[in-house]
Amino acid sequence: MFAFCTDPATLDPLRWFSCYLTNGAHFLFYQSFLVVFALLAVTAPVSLAFGFAAASASRSHILPVAWLGKLYTAMVRGVPDIVFFLFFILVLDQGIEYLRHQIACPEWAEEIRQGANFLVCPEARTPSSNAPQWVHEVYGFSLAVFTYAIVFGAFCGNVLYGAMRAVPHAQLETGAAYGMSRAQVFWRILVPQMWIYALPGLGNIWLILIKATPLLFLLGIEDIVYWARELGGSRNSVYQYPHPDWRFWYFLALLVFYLCLTRVSEIGLARLTGHLSRGQATAAGDTLRKAAT
Amino acid sequence: MKKLILTASLLAIAAGAASAQDVVRMGTEGAYPPYNFINDQGEIAGFERDLGDEMCARAQLTCEWVINDWDSIIPNLTSGNYDTIIAGMSITEEREAIVDFTQAYYPPASSLFMGMSEDFTLAGAVVAAQTNTIQAGYIAASGATLMEFATPDETVAAVRNGEADAVFADSDYLLPIANEDADLMIVGEPVQLGGGVGMALREGDARREAFDAAITSMKADGTLNALILQWFGPDAATF
Repeated sequence: MFAFCTDPATLDPLRWFSCYLTNGAHFLFYQSFLVVFALLAVTAPVSLAFGFAAASASRSHILPVAWLGKLYTAMVRGVPDIVFFLFFILVLDQGIEYLRHQIACPEWAEEIRQGANFLVCPEARTPSSNAPQWVHEVYGFSLAVFTYAIVFGAFCGNVLYGAMRAVPHAQLETGAAYGMSRAQVFWRILVPQMWIYALPGLGNIWLILIKATPLLFLLGIEDIVYWARELGGSRNSVYQYPHPDWRFWYFLALLVFYLCLTRVSEIGLARLTGHLSRGQATAAGDTLRKAAT
Repeated sequence: MKKLILTASLLAIAAGAASAQDVVRMGTEGAYPPYNFINDQGEIAGFERDLGDEMCARAQLTCEWVINDWDSIIPNLTSGNYDTIIAGMSITEEREAIVDFTQAYYPPASSLFMGMSEDFTLAGAVVAAQTNTIQAGYIAASGATLMEFATPDETVAAVRNGEADAVFADSDYLLPIANEDADLMIVGEPVQLGGGVGMALREGDARREAFDAAITSMKADGTLNALILQWFGPDAATF
């Protein structure tokens, strides 16, 4: 990156490090932090939506819908995350290819399952083998995000279901007494008030989600853990910047990164709690009210 | 027989229709210098990168490089995530049963033990090797205790921190490390394993002939030997 980086072997330590930390491989490492942020930014709202749907379904008066909602939360909560990740990615991937195979090549004579292999016709390959590498990477990442959303959606569903039950029942009855329909009571009275009860649980799930981001590495995505291991490993003179085993320092950097992320999240969650407590019949809401008068 | 002909003709159609702009995805590990590694610019480099690019140019194919963990490199080939494996993979009978190999582009090289002290005997030793390699298979059959790791670098790290008495791997991988690290040395006797290093493709993939022909022509005009000497040093075995 810098002009003096042409011959790293002759540099003093300060310049050596400034060149080393700005080489192409390190830029890929820095970019992989964006993968983590992208995962958080997409997964959080999608899981919340899944959770909201699951919680609403669980409260439904139509029995099969309620069962569906409860089954989803119970099933995902009961299966270890890692099993779900490894299993679901495979199911999604093969499911998509199987469906496309049925549509694109109905005359295909060969078996799809041949021993350990899953072979569909070339038209059904997802993504197409002619697609550039970034399409393959985006596809793999999307599958991962979707799986994260399903798993964390179930946790959110459970928290939101509890929060909905925590809203004082008298308020809902009052709504009904004013002639509101069931849907109006749900959207105008229940949903706006439930968030303050859901927030401690959702905050926990958010922190667990942050901690679960390194699982991307297990799914074969080149995330920060992949690059920390790759760059930290000992390097001989095949490389321009040889160094001994530095994995300790790279993983230490990841540790600091995750601690900072947790601290920032805590500050954000505290602010959100203050904001949502206004006018609520909770201890925090009461304190706010007293401070104002 | 009918099914075979049908399959063959379908493959021929697929190959014929595709050869014009079809992309061949080249799967490699990117962690096994000097065969293949990710260089300081973050690109895939090494002997197999140069070789693979030259083979694709000679076979007039468009190639794209893909990184995949060694552990799952064969399953991901057979399920179609990429089309070839070019990752220092030795040709063995077990692998031949699952994939098709081109002819060898690197002659059978010896495998070595590398440890911290001269005093090493295989019997009763703890030996580190990479998972699913011919070296790991050899150790498992030898009666010594096998310690498996996912990446080559971790096998060497296990010797440095005393977890293993020695690491067992290709000489081309170990020699540059032993030469530069005063604590590490080659110990014991070299072992000959495998039938040379070749490129693997799915069974029945018609592109194998094109790559085979490219290797033949590179052997004939001396470019393959030049590449071997460039990446593995003047003492490397050539064709």
